[in-house]
Amino acid sequence: MSFIRSHILVCTGTGCSSSDSIKIIEEFERQLAAQGMDKEAKVVRTGCFGLCALGPIVTVYPEGACYTHVTVDDVEEIVSEHIVKGRIVKRLLNKNAAEEGPVTSLTETRFYKHQQRIALRNCGVINPESIDEYIGVDGYAALGKILSEQIPPQQVIDTIKASGLRGRGGAGFSTGLKWQFTHDAVSPDGVKFVCCNADEGDPGAFMDRSVLEGDPHTIIEAMTIAGYAVGAHQGYIYVRAEYPIAVKRLETAIGQAKEYGLLGKNIFESGFDFDLELRLGAGAFVCGEETALMRSIEGHRGEPKTRPPFPAVKGLFDRPTLLNNVETYANITWILNHGAEAFAAIGTEKSKGTKVFALGGKITNTGLVEVPMGTTLRTVVEEIGGGVPGGKQFKAAQTGGPSGGCIPASLIDTPIDYDSLASIGSMMGSGGLIVMDEDNCMVDIAKFYLEFIVDESCGKCVPCRIGTKRLLDLLTKITEGNGEPEDLDTIEELCQHIKQSALCGLGQTTPNPVLSTLKHFREEYEAHIYEKRCPAGVCKSLIQYVVDPTKCKGCTRCAQGCPTGAISGAVRAPHIINQSKCIKCGACMDHCRFDAISKQ
Amino acid sequence: MKSLAELQAIRDRMRSQIDLRDAGDDRIRVVVGMATCGIAAGARPVLNTLLEEVNKRNLQNVTVSQTGCIGVCRLEPIVEVYVPGQEKVTYVKMTPDKVASIVSEHLVNGRVVEEYTIGAAE
Repeated sequence: MSFIRSHILVCTGTGCSSSDSIKIIEEFERQLAAQGMDKEAKVVRTGCFGLCALGPIVTVYPEGACYTHVTVDDVEEIVSEHIVKGRIVKRLLNKNAAEEGPVTSLTETRFYKHQQRIALRNCGVINPESIDEYIGVDGYAALGKILSEQIPPQQVIDTIKASGLRGRGGAGFSTGLKWQFTHDAVSPDGVKFVCCNADEGDPGAFMDRSVLEGDPHTIIEAMTIAGYAVGAHQGYIYVRAEYPIAVKRLETAIGQAKEYGLLGKNIFESGFDFDLELRLGAGAFVCGEETALMRSIEGHRGEPKTRPPFPAVKGLFDRPTLLNNVETYANITWILNHGAEAFAAIGTEKSKGTKVFALGGKITNTGLVEVPMGTTLRTVVEEIGGGVPGGKQFKAAQTGGPSGGCIPASLIDTPIDYDSLASIGSMMGSGGLIVMDEDNCMVDIAKFYLEFIVDESCGKCVPCRIGTKRLLDLLTKITEGNGEPEDLDTIEELCQHIKQSALCGLGQTTPNPVLSTLKHFREEYEAHIYEKRCPAGVCKSLIQYVVDPTKCKGCTRCAQGCPTGAISGAVRAPHIINQSKCIKCGACMDHCRFDAISKQ
Repeated sequence: MKSLAELQAIRDRMRSQIDLRDAGDDRIRVVVGMATCGIAAGARPVLNTLLEEVNKRNLQNVTVSQTGCIGVCRLEPIVEVYVPGQEKVTYVKMTPDKVASIVSEHLVNGRVVEEYTIGAAE
């Protein structure tokens, strides 16, 4: 008897790995063996399930019971109760699931109900380190069909075109057209390249990381198909070295594909050769820009070049090069297996398919979600994300990272697609979605993104190198309470200049966080300038902590907790904060039991 | 990898395993009572035979799982079959021998094996 009747899926994405999922796996293996269940149940390491806020996550099939916040100590109970006796350990079930009924599978929770998974279809379902499991879910079927039936490259490109797929890296260019341009370009020696942009650098974004960690083979298959379609025989995946798990799984996957002959010479005896190599990036944000990325693969310093010529004409090593983002590739095999019509039926008129978002910030369900294009921001934030925790008010959502903008609460019903987001001054970007509540100061947020850009600007062009620094100086001046009325005009003018004159796409979009906050939250900027006040109570120069003498009981807790000794007062007499010593850390407020200290 | 047939062979071998992870609503669920009473009455061989039969016939839409005490311990081992859209059927005093006919009659052909049900035993 060696039928495996139960699969225990443990997430080994970065989020769950950092909270001990590897130890949990070892404990499961130990417990299964100890309780004589190792012939009946097996542990499967998977990629990200998406609900990172509740990790480590363990899902036990066939029941589909999803256990959250699992610890090593819980393992014995799961094995002895669930695996041996078939009793679900209810206390470990996802809270939502517990309300909706004891055995609610992950797919029925509010978090998953509105989602539609295409790019993430295999994440959290298969073992990313097993090529057999990938083949078991129709993996390499699209490649096999195309190569063994010798489907003409043009027909493959036409399918991608007909699907309406647009680049998921941010700009949203038609993927089919990009393939067509690379296909049509003439290379002096016939050599062309296919590249994958896995240099995900936006703060708060981890979509590509999860795809690579959860389903690396889909990228390999899609790139091989792309190579066949455009006429390339060599591919490069440019991935950040900061993603060690993704790098390791890609290496494993490439090794397995080579062993099976799915990479290399004469794939499926079609005479088509294709090989893949990894290139590790050292973490420069600018290397996510396509021309800088290719410079970096060539071994040069990652700096952008002017376009045209576009990479499709003259890219890597001056040869025609196809460069797509990870998530774009993750859609390719689905489209080829299910047909362009099925893909085009999802989404809105101009934005087809689905989009993955990394939900972060002030949101209950931090994690990874994939929704059809055209889903409203409200659905993503309130339904899937579970809303803002702590009963706070939703204020804005930031999409598109340092190139994107903020969407205010008044526009929460905006459908999420390329054109709707662009029309309100934000952008799709790669898919980071950071939620902010009433405690976030929008000037401070704009400043945060500019600090990031000032750090990451490659320095090749003046508008980006000096312009963003001056922009940051102006914002710093405002947050320190030294803002003057004409500063806002200067900021707007400077933003326009940077937009129009920066060399690369990253530089041109750097003013977006400033412009969009200025557009939607101008009154906050004005409060900083005219009233020298930070409405959200974030900018330290503009706030002070004060003790309400009527509420203060003189318990001295605040004085004991103050790191700078700024609080004085006799026992049982109201205390006073010396503002010149106060560093505005807020420790006194945390220590006070009588709600006597407030920010003003 | 030389041909689609090779790929197909791996896929078929893996698919039956991965289908286990599809918790969709259109699947037939077969649940074996595996509390102390069930195990003591011989539920484990019943479960094993059930898995063996389901696997042998490659029934992809059937999920076999276990549950705790169903409540009528004197009739254990108990196997319950949930076909979507139908009343559940409870088989009692199960043995490995009875399993084969339940799989072939009920799971494959949709005919309830009346003589093994709780109604017949009572």
